[in-house]
Amino acid sequence: MLAKRIIPCLDVTAGRVVKGVSFVELRDAGDPVEIARRYDEQGADELTFLDITASSDDRGILFRIIEQVAEQVFIPLTVGGGVRQVEDVRNLLNAGADKVSINTSAVLNPQLVADAAGRYGSQCIVVAIDAKQDVPGRWEVFTHGGRKATGLDAVAWAKNMQALGAGEILLTSMDRDGTRSGFDLALTRAVTDALEIPVIASGGVGNLQHLVDGVKLGGADAVLAASIFHYGEYTVQQAKQYMAQQGIEVRL
Amino acid sequence: MVDIAVVDYGMGNLRSVQQALRTVAPDASIVVTDDPDEIAKAARVVFPGQGAMPDCMRELDARGLRAAVLQAARSKPFLGICIGLQMLFEHSAEGDIPGLGILHGKVVRFAGNLRDAQGNKLKVPHMGWNQVHHKTNPLLNPLPEGEGAMAASTVGGSQKVDEHPLWQGIPQDARFYFVHSYYVQPQDDALVQATSCYPQPFVCAVARDNLFAVQFHPEKSQSAGLALLRNFVDWNPV
Repeated sequence: MLAKRIIPCLDVTAGRVVKGVSFVELRDAGDPVEIARRYDEQGADELTFLDITASSDDRGILFRIIEQVAEQVFIPLTVGGGVRQVEDVRNLLNAGADKVSINTSAVLNPQLVADAAGRYGSQCIVVAIDAKQDVPGRWEVFTHGGRKATGLDAVAWAKNMQALGAGEILLTSMDRDGTRSGFDLALTRAVTDALEIPVIASGGVGNLQHLVDGVKLGGADAVLAASIFHYGEYTVQQAKQYMAQQGIEVRL
Repeated sequence: MVDIAVVDYGMGNLRSVQQALRTVAPDASIVVTDDPDEIAKAARVVFPGQGAMPDCMRELDARGLRAAVLQAARSKPFLGICIGLQMLFEHSAEGDIPGLGILHGKVVRFAGNLRDAQGNKLKVPHMGWNQVHHKTNPLLNPLPEGEGAMAASTVGGSQKVDEHPLWQGIPQDARFYFVHSYYVQPQDDALVQATSCYPQPFVCAVARDNLFAVQFHPEKSQSAGLALLRNFVDWNPV
């Protein structure tokens, strides 16, 4: 049967991998190409690169990073951050990305998701949603790296994106991101139950049981984590072995 | 002389296919091309495809590549990938359109509301790493009575005797990366080279003579995928 995916996430700025807490306080974690190669060797199922500053200066650096990774690593690569038009999608795919993740621009211009999926296929369009609990059972979508409230309900928004052609949802809990206290399982469950397309749970992983909970309790199709892998706490292989011991189907 | 031509009809990202081929065949000349002459001259042809099959068919014809692909599929080592597998069949439910009709059979969509054995919802697209069962697995491909008894005695305990050369060195049930909502249903079971389960078995690899085609993405399936591509590069069908 299909394996649940483990996806290390590399937040990239100025050519380096960094990691923050609740979207601030960035800490250097190393060279993206080297880190990507290490995770591939450890058995990562995919890799996600997020260009967290997405300034025009950094854009060229990001393209070179993706090109270098794509020459050496033969697993799916998702790249996001600063994708504003269909041309950005094309450029990232040409650089070696297999999927492109769209976040703020999907809110500002939902037609971009439809156009990009229509042109390149749903399989390569990931819509990233940053959500924050409003009241229990309701989560609001934020944009601009978590700085701007939109008033949109995360579950309704995710369904809307599915209808426009998104192939997958990358769902980040802003309340949990960087806290190491585990995924927002209620949020994950609410979104995954509402959708036909796969959902990647993100935000809050601090130990391997959190990954298991994301799949078993949250119903996630894939789990994304950054800091537990970056600082050598756990390898991807250890994460997979632990999940397998807990009865989750993984690629070992 | 071009060793390997990757057919480019504007659908999807061919760079990863080219990159993976380069890795397994560093000395080969590999071109990504929309030129029918180059496809005709190449020793081997890879036919990838991403996105929706109606768009793929339209773009293939818009570039005047149909004849070159049909010719290659009949005459030289030919590898179809993903939509490049689906397009070989006669009809697709995606857009209700005809395919190239090189192989008898059709392309259908995964049913809605799929559940696994524990009752968990299975998403469509089928996306991620799934196990690929080669045809020789007797559990999945029970031989008809009589024939089975004969095969068993010939095989003498080894299951690998009849395995297609493209599976060489790839363990049974190795995982490959999939992303698709439709799958092929060949009319002739003899074409089937592998199945995968979601949750029911579906065909994920077919072969006939010089042609081999897979639903998964070998170029994104790490070592198992590279092994299959290496086998394709070394393959000399009679």
